[in-house]
Amino acid sequence: MAFVDYYKTLGIEKSATEEEIKKAYRKLARKFHPDLNPNDKEANKKFQQINEANEVLSDPEKRKKYDAYGENWQHAEQFEQAKQQRSQSSQNWQDYTYSGAQDEGDFSDFFESLFGRSSGRSGRSSQTKFRGNDYNASLQLSLRDVYATQKQTLTINNKQVRITIPAGVANGQVIKLKSYGSPGVNGGPNGDLFITFMIEDDTHFKRVNNDLYTTAEIDLYTAILGGDYVLETLSGKIKLKVNAETQSGSVVRLKGKGFPIYKQEGSFGDLFVTWQIKMPTNLTEKQKELFRELSKL
Amino acid sequence: MQNENLIPVALYCKHYKVEVSFIQTLQQYGFIHTVSDEAEEFIDADDLHTIEKLMRMHYELDINIQGIEAINFLLERVQNMQHEINYLKSKLNIYENE
Repeated sequence: MAFVDYYKTLGIEKSATEEEIKKAYRKLARKFHPDLNPNDKEANKKFQQINEANEVLSDPEKRKKYDAYGENWQHAEQFEQAKQQRSQSSQNWQDYTYSGAQDEGDFSDFFESLFGRSSGRSGRSSQTKFRGNDYNASLQLSLRDVYATQKQTLTINNKQVRITIPAGVANGQVIKLKSYGSPGVNGGPNGDLFITFMIEDDTHFKRVNNDLYTTAEIDLYTAILGGDYVLETLSGKIKLKVNAETQSGSVVRLKGKGFPIYKQEGSFGDLFVTWQIKMPTNLTEKQKELFRELSKL
Repeated sequence: MQNENLIPVALYCKHYKVEVSFIQTLQQYGFIHTVSDEAEEFIDADDLHTIEKLMRMHYELDINIQGIEAINFLLERVQNMQHEINYLKSKLNIYENE
């Protein structure tokens, strides 16, 4: 837990007026606000720091405490306790009550050590009911994982969330889980949970939208004379007919053998197979002789 | 009007302490759609996320509606370009590991 210089975060002097703080916050918030920087984790992090700095410096009470103990934040509690004991007889001491009940993750440890977990004001007015913050999470899956619809249990802020991942979900696609975000403020509705899917590349199949691309190696004789080829697909093995005189690099399109189309049960893209001809090696004298004869024909 | 997906504009504005004119402006600019019956105007629950986002931009970031419109347009362009980059990346991937 390191000391956080909120003045530096907002780029203002210690003597900044309320108006200057507000101006600096708005300027930086416009630059880093998550609504204006979707899927940018760095901007999101920066915004939280700006928000935290504003939370403290725009509130005269908090700013006073921060200015008084900020550098010595580790001893703030002891100072408070000593002060409280001294003033108990007069019973005029104003208690700082920290409920710590809210499931907030938006403030730094430094902030929480100084002001408690739930002392952040959310929204424009503390009396207003506000929707909780949205959570963003990313989920890494393999191409094979998203070939079929599956259920997964995720742990989001210590809560188990069981989600259904529909087949065909795309790399970078975001799904929204309503009300799985942080709890609402003053009885407002919960925020939402946004999950971004990160689909890893597969060694055998490349995916372009709903189509799959792969290469298959056939020997020279099958390429020339034709034959059968058993191809391993994501849904099992299929037997392909190799036409006689197949050229290396030629492509066969297998309709409906590609990737499942998102939320269209039973619909699939196409599979494109590129034939790659493997030339024979270590030829016997007899084979060489036969090739020579062929070349003369 | 009986539809659980429709929220009266007046109720929404009272709850969030925003002016009705703000919702009307969002509707005029085409950010959201409102439904009217004889007595009342309603917003669709599916638009709540958009309205809250626009509210944050307007009230927290002090951006006027014209600015929000420009930002939305640019964000849409960024998103489309991101999709295009993803598509081209996956297409390029086919040839890269050959």
